[in-house]
Amino acid sequence: MTAALRLKLENIVKEYPGCRANDGIDLTVEAGEIHALLGENGAGKSTLMKVIYGVVQPDEGRMLWNGHEVRVTSPAQARSMGIGMVFQHFSLFETLTVAENIALSLPPVEARDRKRLDERIREVSERYGMALDPRRYVSTLSVGERQRVEIVRCLIQESTLLILDEPTSVLTPQEVSSLFATLRQLASEGCSILFISHKLEEVRNLCHNATVLRQGRVSGDCRPAEVSANDIARLMVGNDTPISTQVTAAAPGDVLLNVRALEWKSNDPFGTSLKKVALELRKGEIVGIAGVAGNGQDELLKALSGEILVDTGSISLDGKSIENLSPDQRRDLGVAIVPEERLGRGAVPNMSLADNALLTASGQGLVGRGLIRFGRVREYSQEVIRRFGVRCNGENSTAGSLSGGNLQKYIIGREALQKPRLLVASHPTWGVDVGSAVAIHEALVQLRDAGAAVVLISEDLDELYQLCNRLGALCEGRLSPLAPTSELSIEQLGQWMAGDFESAEVSHVAA
Amino acid sequence: MELLTNVLAATVVAGTPLLLVALGELICERSGVLNLGQEGMMLMGAVAGFVAALTSGSLVVGVAAAILAGIGMSLLFAFMAVSLAANQYAAGLALTIFGTGLSAFLGAGFVGQSIDGFSRVAIPFLSDIPVLGRVLFNQDPLVYLSLIAFVGVAVFLRHTRGGLLLRAVGEDPEAANANGLKVLTVRYLAVAFGGGMAGLAGAYLSLAYTPLWTENMTAGRGWIALALVVFATWRPERVVLGAYLFGAASILHLVLQGLGWTSSTELLAMLPYVVTILMLILLSWNPARTRLNTPLSLGQPYRPGR
Amino acid sequence: MLLLERRPVDSALMRWASPLLALVLTIITGFCLFLAMGKDPVEGLKFFFITPISDLMGLAELGLKMAPLLLCAAGLTVCYRAKIWNIGAEGHFLMGALGASIMAVWLVNADGFWVLPVVLLSGTLAGMLWAGVASGLKTHLHCNEILTTIMLNYIALNLLLYVVHGPLKDPYGFGFPQSVMFADSALLPALIPGTRLHLGLAFGLLAAVVVWVLFARSFIGFQLNVVGQDHRAAAFAGFGARRLTWFAFLVGGATAGLAGASEVTGPIGQLVPQVSPGYGYTAIIVVFLGRMHALGIVVASALLALTFIGGEMLQIAMNMPKAVTGLFQGLLLFYLLTCDAFIHYRIRLKRPARQTTMAAKTALGEA
Repeated sequence: MTAALRLKLENIVKEYPGCRANDGIDLTVEAGEIHALLGENGAGKSTLMKVIYGVVQPDEGRMLWNGHEVRVTSPAQARSMGIGMVFQHFSLFETLTVAENIALSLPPVEARDRKRLDERIREVSERYGMALDPRRYVSTLSVGERQRVEIVRCLIQESTLLILDEPTSVLTPQEVSSLFATLRQLASEGCSILFISHKLEEVRNLCHNATVLRQGRVSGDCRPAEVSANDIARLMVGNDTPISTQVTAAAPGDVLLNVRALEWKSNDPFGTSLKKVALELRKGEIVGIAGVAGNGQDELLKALSGEILVDTGSISLDGKSIENLSPDQRRDLGVAIVPEERLGRGAVPNMSLADNALLTASGQGLVGRGLIRFGRVREYSQEVIRRFGVRCNGENSTAGSLSGGNLQKYIIGREALQKPRLLVASHPTWGVDVGSAVAIHEALVQLRDAGAAVVLISEDLDELYQLCNRLGALCEGRLSPLAPTSELSIEQLGQWMAGDFESAEVSHVAA
Repeated sequence: MELLTNVLAATVVAGTPLLLVALGELICERSGVLNLGQEGMMLMGAVAGFVAALTSGSLVVGVAAAILAGIGMSLLFAFMAVSLAANQYAAGLALTIFGTGLSAFLGAGFVGQSIDGFSRVAIPFLSDIPVLGRVLFNQDPLVYLSLIAFVGVAVFLRHTRGGLLLRAVGEDPEAANANGLKVLTVRYLAVAFGGGMAGLAGAYLSLAYTPLWTENMTAGRGWIALALVVFATWRPERVVLGAYLFGAASILHLVLQGLGWTSSTELLAMLPYVVTILMLILLSWNPARTRLNTPLSLGQPYRPGR
Repeated sequence: MLLLERRPVDSALMRWASPLLALVLTIITGFCLFLAMGKDPVEGLKFFFITPISDLMGLAELGLKMAPLLLCAAGLTVCYRAKIWNIGAEGHFLMGALGASIMAVWLVNADGFWVLPVVLLSGTLAGMLWAGVASGLKTHLHCNEILTTIMLNYIALNLLLYVVHGPLKDPYGFGFPQSVMFADSALLPALIPGTRLHLGLAFGLLAAVVVWVLFARSFIGFQLNVVGQDHRAAAFAGFGARRLTWFAFLVGGATAGLAGASEVTGPIGQLVPQVSPGYGYTAIIVVFLGRMHALGIVVASALLALTFIGGEMLQIAMNMPKAVTGLFQGLLLFYLLTCDAFIHYRIRLKRPARQTTMAAKTALGEA
């Protein structure tokens, strides 16, 4: 106990109807310490964070702030104490300017003098290498810049504890290193940082200490630099879950999908337009598409699925042009889609799993003469549940009642059973437990081995490098060239993610 | 010239109830709440204002009663749509149906009675300006009140912290809550303001425009105001413009008759509604344009926690 | 303090108990209202709910009012399931009445079994035309259907008034705004001889059966449900929103149009300005009260039909304003939506923000 204790949590319990999100959690953070909070989705990280920041109140437990017991009842109080928070889905208002956003979280007195506030924003942002123009509208900022606004907002309030929730999931590798530089600078000045993540390498790289959560409890503490990523992963998932998939080599066949000069202009002022997207995909291969969220991933998926019809350019499947076909017509030709949002797009939350099978699999003999064949729907649904190990109370449970991983297995299974020739999957393992992620990866590889072509859109670079034959990146609606995974360095991919396609001399780094 | 001035003055009068109710709804929608109950709140305002003025003998008491009635109705809506997070469409419709029924019931004994409504008060000097003076500054006090309300709303939205708060809550209640803003309080206040303005608009009809009470006397003005707010893409200046435009449409048959152009009154009475649809078409055919200004959380119920 | 808390699973019991609860609350409010007005509440409620349906004649009158409500509600159910907020049943209804009347006046000298079907069909088509306008405005010009359908209601009303005051006015009608009486061949046959109850009720019941089949068995019904619950999932699945919107609107227009046609060819027998006491609006309440379910709307339409007759009865028997009908309907819908909140939420006592003692925990029990 050399440094001063900044934050100490004792036996924090928070219960929601039907789940105990935090079950007796202890945590200490010292001044100037970068402390990692690790755990799978649903392990209780977000809840604990909300407790510290005063968004929710714990049912039991004590919180000590600089040695004094406190009760944080609101974010405003947390901020006035010196606790700052950077949310994963930013808490910024797009239609307001940077300065207006920051003014909203300051006490009215401090926010009144706008000129003074602008100066402070400039001053603070430059000192920590995060240049910001206070007059710009947030809607015009990139994701990385928005994160800076959140951090600067905390610094202007002179936070002595900064909580960052999965801050790197939205950044390119280059942006990640500059963020880390900023965080190290802050820590060296005495600011404590609580860094929430599930990316182990980053944590080993940045953090002094780590607390690992599993199912609402602390499953271990460690010094991340001194233990292996594998050991930390075991603390996160327990001993009985496989941690990774063994991926066999692929044997690509003929060209299946050919996308040429795809153009689509978004009429949504906050949307992304697709520009000159070209892509060639062979049977029996997985092509990965990296990129920071909001750079056209969703639009590309919709262009392939038929939810949007492109303005110009061609999409051909096995030589047949499909760019003017609707989603159901494309599905009949063997195009299967797994969208990013499981609930609310891939599945209807309040409908049963059986009804959700009918959503895309109606062409599998589930409908006859306009009437639903309920028996067949049930059978189909049961088969998906059985073959893909979906944990649920049978086909009548609602989609919304399943965990993220199980619902995703169901959705992938629903598409896989239709024996697609092309599968486009977006972020299939986002927010999914490790066991389900492994099962989903296996399903994708099996489809590939059965001769299907797979497009995998993901922000998880580990996943992309593990599964894909070739990789590319989307930036502002443009698609980089695709390079064989084994020949593409992570630095090069990072440049592509940032939109720098020209310096595309593929560096030959063995992966 | 004389005719034009008269027509313009009549336009302002006809546009004033629309302006009042639309300004209220603008604030309400900016907080992310769509209140389809304008018609019901206006009717309650109209009947409350009329009955209170008739029994007390004071127009001011009538106006106050109308505003209170509007606020009371809007709080019922807020309870359903904000506190209970009910579907805002359904709750608003319920408010309109309820208000229509209740106002007809309460006013049943007062149909056919009449009072002396608001009369014109010329503002010294300003009313001497050619044309504009007669059009804007030789009107009844409620017209002036509507102009003051417009300036107030415009300034509030653009230049005050309250306006910033309102816009923030309307754009993203989740983020607002994470920032420690009191989403439900802001929404309650916005809905109540909308209710008060709708009540006032109702009072304008029963105390100034046609100083008497008849069932359903709003004749769809609450709905037109809702369209008006969309048409104005949630900007106060455009609400003024639109309100007077609709005002002009609704008096057009009088003008045409004045010019000796005789046609069926029923056909001409359709005009404001046809104009409303045309406006909606004009505005909506390009969804991107509307989207730019739409309060992003409009119509979405919000419950904090979780 | 009381706290509203989201239920982990929606309450199926509350979904069906809510309308009953709303009815009870409405009756309690009505009771208080009678007291406040110095009338005998028991007597009043009896006149409202019991007296009107205590004999065959009364029951026939109930069925008479039920027919247009049920028809309109059946069409609206199709729309509301898909979250298409068609408020235009009143307009479709008026147009249906108008379309049928124009045809019936034109065929006033015709005779034959085909006259009635042609008249009904022209009313149905007129309703569909009116709904089609709103549908086109929504699918092709992105206009909000709530506002357009409301405006179309007002336009339809004025159109009807124009026609009944002008082109279709009976020249020998002593200046009254009404059309000539239709020929017998254009009138709906009575269901129960000696009463005014006509074939319209059978149309209504048939429409309810169709709605049941649509949503319990058919794929298009499933698609409408998906569009309503989750339009993004519908787009993902490739259920054409435009096609479904047209379908819903046209069904809504057809049923309400038929209702209007049945009204002029049934009890009225001619076109008059007051052809609808607001059936199209009341049908909205029927749909919500009936849980957007075929059987539910049959029951709800009977209840709301009763409010029309009950209101008239109170006017006659107790000298109450006729507006009590609208008040009752408004209260019912208001209470219904409030009670509906408890499908998704439950009330529980808010516990103190932080507890460290076991005593406080046990005091709360397993809650």
